[in-house]
Amino acid sequence: MNTVVCVKRVPETADADVSIGKSGKDIDKSGLAFDLNEWDSYAIEEAILLKEKLGGTVTVLTVGGEDSNESLRKCLAMGADDAMRLMDPAFDGSDGFVTAKILAEAIRRIPYDLILTGTQAEDDGYGQVGIVVAELLGIPHAAVVNRLEIQDKKARVHRELEGGWEEVYDIDLPAVLTIQTGINEPRYVSIMGIRKVAKKEIKTLGASDLNLKPEEVGLSGSDIQLEKIFLPPAGEGAEILEGKPEEIASKVFGILKDKGGLP
Amino acid sequence: MKEIIVLAEHRRGELRDVTWEMLSKGRQFADSIGAEIGVALLGNGVNALAEALKPKAHRVFLIQDQRFEAYNSETYEKALTPLITERKPLLTLIAHTSMGMDLAPSLAARLKMPLATDCIGIDVAGETFSLIRQLYGGKVNAAVSFLKKGPYMVTVRSGAFPVLEKEVLTGELVKFPSPLTDEGMAKRFIQYLEAAAGDVDITQADILVSVGRGIKEANNIPMVKEFADVIGGTLSCSRPVVDKKWLPKDRQVGTSGKTVKPKVYVAIGISGAFQHIAGMKGAGTVIAINKDPKAPIFGVATYGIVADLFKIVPVLKDKIKELRKS
Repeated sequence: MNTVVCVKRVPETADADVSIGKSGKDIDKSGLAFDLNEWDSYAIEEAILLKEKLGGTVTVLTVGGEDSNESLRKCLAMGADDAMRLMDPAFDGSDGFVTAKILAEAIRRIPYDLILTGTQAEDDGYGQVGIVVAELLGIPHAAVVNRLEIQDKKARVHRELEGGWEEVYDIDLPAVLTIQTGINEPRYVSIMGIRKVAKKEIKTLGASDLNLKPEEVGLSGSDIQLEKIFLPPAGEGAEILEGKPEEIASKVFGILKDKGGLP
Repeated sequence: MKEIIVLAEHRRGELRDVTWEMLSKGRQFADSIGAEIGVALLGNGVNALAEALKPKAHRVFLIQDQRFEAYNSETYEKALTPLITERKPLLTLIAHTSMGMDLAPSLAARLKMPLATDCIGIDVAGETFSLIRQLYGGKVNAAVSFLKKGPYMVTVRSGAFPVLEKEVLTGELVKFPSPLTDEGMAKRFIQYLEAAAGDVDITQADILVSVGRGIKEANNIPMVKEFADVIGGTLSCSRPVVDKKWLPKDRQVGTSGKTVKPKVYVAIGISGAFQHIAGMKGAGTVIAINKDPKAPIFGVATYGIVADLFKIVPVLKDKIKELRKS
């Protein structure tokens, strides 16, 4: 089982105080920590679990600058065999569709039985790239996969639906599956583990290596463009309970008695 | 005449709410540009659904086939490709749901249509579309435009658009032949599965105490459980807590978990991703505890406590325990 996993390095914003950057087109990323996209950490773990069970290789791919080596090395430390980074000045401004095009061109050059990506990225949240890769490669796909078993030349996959339901499919390989969080428990990577793979070669490929013309990629190849970003309207907003913790507790007690029927 | 086509989403015999939301937004949008609205319905034995859709559209495009008993991206793509190619709608709307996330990106790529996913706003001025979507888990909004000529495809977030009352239309039923055959399918639907019920039904609780990513470690969950016990509440959670296996799936509030309507909902360390808010916005009173004053949960909460949960929750527990005794 040779698996290709497409990953992305993203800023960690879940607990961060986010503000708009000077360009008006992105957030101010200074002071933010970066990590492997959460969905992708489940995708790489799933690929490594398959390798441990069935043998074969895991190749990890990303589109990004040198900073992204950090995320690729994390994947190598988790157990991936090879890493490849796709970068070219011409790739700047690429939307989800073009990102998929770049990845698909690279994947054509690698032997694969299965391609995994995260269902979406924490930053732009397109939820588009993996499925477009499948279409461009002419192979079947399934999105939002929360359970996966390989059975000979096919995969049995569960797709997460709304309201606690799942859909079960059989899907012929090779295929692209986009992996949902919670499918497994991504293994912990120690600093020692990262150090062990620090010297491992990360291949880099640019537009010409992938036979992509500059006009096919970047903003000129893209379907959509980000105009500006802004903070979401606050809504009506909560009444903020202020005071010392004990005073807040008394207020909460009052609310629970009044609205929750607490005796 | 210009046309906008909505893809009806239905499952196990019922149209899903997002279908009505897309039809409402699509209609408003069509009216603003002098276009008509159509709805595509793919199914098996779905005449009743087609009837239900007629008052909301100028045309109902119906394709029936036993192979449409359940959604499958492969069958849907085979049927929608000729339909969209023939009708050339200016805009095709698909829900940004599990189904739409599985279908729209490949369908748009196949049809060479520009696609904008997970949109919460759709506007047009002249020929220029302006779409609003969210970045960084809803922390910022982005205005996005298309760089290429239409026809376009947009996927729409569930719950983003209200269902507005409009004058009734008399949708013309337009039947399309099914292009499906029994030839080998690469993707075969097997069955639906429902998550196993647990020992607690969080949808029945009057008071829910819900814990999120902010709790940081499994070891910290008992602190919240003790607080829940003191106020007679039931413990629930947001998605990251289930993903990390700290609490079972049947405790999860949100789009992919349970929809709850307790009298009081206490959200602890939950930032308020839209998938979570969709599951708890029906609560009577919401008390949110979060250290980030900009957390989206404060936008839907009745009361907010801006504090470190590890400092405030033990005080709430002890003080309310004392107040209940006296």
